[in-house]
Amino acid sequence: MMLTVQDVTKTFAGGEGDLPVLRGVSLSLDRNETLALTGESGSGKSTLLHLIGGLDTVGSGAIEIDGHDITKMTDSDRAALRRTDVGVIFQQFNLIPSLTVAANMAFQARLAGRYDADQAARMSDALGLTPHLDKYPEALSGGQQQRVAIGRTLVARPKLVLADEPTGNLDEATARQVLDQMLDLVTETGAALLMVTHSQSVARRMKRQVHLSQGRVA
Amino acid sequence: MTWTTLTALLSHWRRNGLQFFALISGLALATALWSGVQAINAEARASYDAAAATLGEGQFGQLLPRTGNRIDQATYIALRRSGWQVSPVLEGRIDTTQGRVRIVGLDPLTAPGNVAPVGMQEGTSLDDFLTRGVLFAATDVADQLENAVSQRIVTDPSAAPGVALTDIGVAQDLLDAQGTLSRLILAPEQPMGRPDLAGITPDLVLQPAQDAGADRLTDSFHLNLTAFGLLSFAVGIFIVHGTISLAFEQRRGMVRTLRALGVPLGRLIGLMIAELVLFALIAGAIGVALGYVIAAVLLPNVAATLQGLYGASVAGTLQLRAEWWLSGMAIAVVGTGLAAAGALWKIAHMPLLSSARPRAWAVASGATARRLGAVAGLLFLVGVGIEIRGKGLALGFVLLACMLIGAALLLPLVLRGAVTLADRQARSVVWQWFWADTRQQVPGMSLALMALLLATAANVGVTTMVSSFRVTFVDFLDQRLAPELFISAEDAAQSPDLEAFLIDNAREVLPLLSVETEIAGVPSDLFGARVGPTYRNNWVFVAETPEVWDRVARGEAAVVSEQLARRAGLWTGDAVAVAPGLSLPIAAVVADYGNPLGQALIDEAVFSDLYPDRVPTRFGVRTDDAAGLREKLVERVGLSDAAIIDQARIKAFSLEVFERTFTVTGALNVLTLAVAAFAILMSLLTLASLRVPQLAPAWALGMTRRRLGRLELLRAVVLAFVTTVLAIPLGLLLAWVLLSYVNVEAFGWKLPMYVFPGHYALLTVFALLAAALAALWPALRLARTPPSDLLKVFANDR
Repeated sequence: MMLTVQDVTKTFAGGEGDLPVLRGVSLSLDRNETLALTGESGSGKSTLLHLIGGLDTVGSGAIEIDGHDITKMTDSDRAALRRTDVGVIFQQFNLIPSLTVAANMAFQARLAGRYDADQAARMSDALGLTPHLDKYPEALSGGQQQRVAIGRTLVARPKLVLADEPTGNLDEATARQVLDQMLDLVTETGAALLMVTHSQSVARRMKRQVHLSQGRVA
Repeated sequence: MTWTTLTALLSHWRRNGLQFFALISGLALATALWSGVQAINAEARASYDAAAATLGEGQFGQLLPRTGNRIDQATYIALRRSGWQVSPVLEGRIDTTQGRVRIVGLDPLTAPGNVAPVGMQEGTSLDDFLTRGVLFAATDVADQLENAVSQRIVTDPSAAPGVALTDIGVAQDLLDAQGTLSRLILAPEQPMGRPDLAGITPDLVLQPAQDAGADRLTDSFHLNLTAFGLLSFAVGIFIVHGTISLAFEQRRGMVRTLRALGVPLGRLIGLMIAELVLFALIAGAIGVALGYVIAAVLLPNVAATLQGLYGASVAGTLQLRAEWWLSGMAIAVVGTGLAAAGALWKIAHMPLLSSARPRAWAVASGATARRLGAVAGLLFLVGVGIEIRGKGLALGFVLLACMLIGAALLLPLVLRGAVTLADRQARSVVWQWFWADTRQQVPGMSLALMALLLATAANVGVTTMVSSFRVTFVDFLDQRLAPELFISAEDAAQSPDLEAFLIDNAREVLPLLSVETEIAGVPSDLFGARVGPTYRNNWVFVAETPEVWDRVARGEAAVVSEQLARRAGLWTGDAVAVAPGLSLPIAAVVADYGNPLGQALIDEAVFSDLYPDRVPTRFGVRTDDAAGLREKLVERVGLSDAAIIDQARIKAFSLEVFERTFTVTGALNVLTLAVAAFAILMSLLTLASLRVPQLAPAWALGMTRRRLGRLELLRAVVLAFVTTVLAIPLGLLLAWVLLSYVNVEAFGWKLPMYVFPGHYALLTVFALLAAALAALWPALRLARTPPSDLLKVFANDR
């Protein structure tokens, strides 16, 4: 199993007392599998994704990635895991504005120490970014920036791809195009994909769907 | 991973060249001002050390002739034979084609400790020195002597400025003074049971070692310079702090992304520190080089100042010294560390999932301003405590720091208040928007405005101090230089006849009788005064008792200088021991500016009783016909023109010395203000990119880009105006502390403070002009922002 989430809880401190966001969530994801995490706003989708990515820490429960319980890891170990095994695609792209498209796409692979120029070239071709490699992110449209973010993650060949509404900021046609490309490339690299989305049409493109409601799997 | 991350971090600066320029130039300017001042200080100190090492001036007690300026060599031999450990010195000047050179003859075999040419200590043959005749001098003096003497000249860069050292025999030949000496240096260790000095020679007086007096004064001068250097550095650090804060704020997104992609926080912080250290070293090197230029330009004036005021010789050229290169680089790194500490702390504690949008600059809350205001209040309280209870120079500077930092921290709160007040008066919607937007800009511009506040306040404070000093000094010169002519007799033998002639031909004759002594533990000059109308009408006292001059004339009281009174803890009514066995009450305390020694004045007759052998060889003369008297003195008495000095010449010389002293101050003032203007320019330029999203809605609602640009310019000028208006009282407070606290602690006298509204008005205009010039470019850039850039703000995909 690539990913196992067991009885995970998370509570945030709020102005009016503690706010439980996740109340014992469990799910699993196999290698080469795609899973859509759906649910209304505030259901805890993004929070769960951040916990799986090691960007935040759980209240209780366990999260295993490729057999390693990340809830027992140090901050530095979780950072190492993100460098090598987990790729995160954000809704806001989170590109490095001072690096070119080419440098952004190569960035995570270089951090992981497994940059392959040929593979990066194939990826940029597949994503239609080759003409824009020397440009800076500010010169690209939103759809193009999201493709760069996807490319950055997949060039690093992570075992698990976490995507937080990657098409949420794009128009329908662009969103469809970007999603197609992402799914093709995930299949090609053999990674597992967990995608947070509130769009049913996007969710239907995944092999499995898990619906969250009020912090629980519905 | 390290290299990839560093590449990403550095790419920020490559894409934000202006910000990089602001960072490097701000730090370089700060370092330049600091290291320039340190270079001047280091050079001046090295010159004193060289002088002290080679001449032994002030380190050892000395025997001087009671009258005249020569000692018979036989007296020296008699002292040596009787067991006194003394070493002869002969001094004089010889003419060269390029001016006069001071020749100092020594006897290295008997000279104590380190009284010897430095070069000789490094291996030059003693035989050469003693037998063939060698002169040791710095390069410029060696060049001067090249064709003037036949002896070999050894260039010694560490030799005292303006001096050539040689063997006493060679000096006697060169100065045509065979068989005579100028003074005898006393070795610190003298044999027990040696005969009494007066028993061997009654013609010599003992001058004890004076290691403190001149040192304290020159130290005070250096202290003032160091304070300026620190202040300028503080202004520079405000720029660097502003630039680093903004840069880190803009990189929040990148930091979040890097961490999300797996770069550990510790590695990230370490790389950021390495990046800053690299920049600090680059900027530090540029700054030290710039500082060298500043020092090279200012050093001749500093040399003239110290020579004129304190008689300390400083070489007018600059040497590259490793210590101020190192200290400059160190201060650049420490300054960057100080400026970046807050920003790094924020990054270290920023949650990984926090907002990536730059926020602190744009929306810093009123609560922050209030917190800073509270800290400012605390600092002011500490300052008041020091003023009431504190003592000592160091605390004086702590007081200054409390005031300046307190005022800087208070500034955002005051600016917010002023803008809120203006907002309430606004009637039109545009002005309401303008003031609301200005209030939002205050946090972003605060650091630059703090720099302007400090620079302007320092300018007001220092100018007030210098100008107060100038006014007081001119009054003082009028008081002290009341006699129309000052006349010197050629020798003591000529003196009685000259005095008799003057009494017959002048309105009033004032013999200038003095002796160097120690009064109440303070090295001082004791004067014997012929009390008459000149003293009665011209001397103004800091403190006095009734019938001052009558009591002095009756030999019942003394007048002492303010330095002596303060250093000895005496005041009017106290008794002062002016000589062994003679204590007199102090009738008055008189201001005596710029004199390194204390002074006490007693009646001429009392003085003559104490020092019967002292004959006046200089006279102040009151006359209604200065030119006629000068003519008579030359024709009938046979005095040379050089022996007759008119008051106007002395006054002009004294004022010239004074003006030179503060040329350095003035130059640093201008530089500091320029650095503050630079701070405003840089913060406006770096904020300009953040301004587009804020101004785009106003543009979309119908305001033209041109008008927006004009309002941006006006905003900078308004904020600079409020800051300058605040800086004036702060500067006056600074001047008051300098004059009434620091000056007393450093120099030993208190100066009356004068206010110069004209100067402050001019300074306000300059500050506004500087702010307007600084704001012009960003405003023009904004006015020319393409509509496409403004439209991007509203784009869905932004």
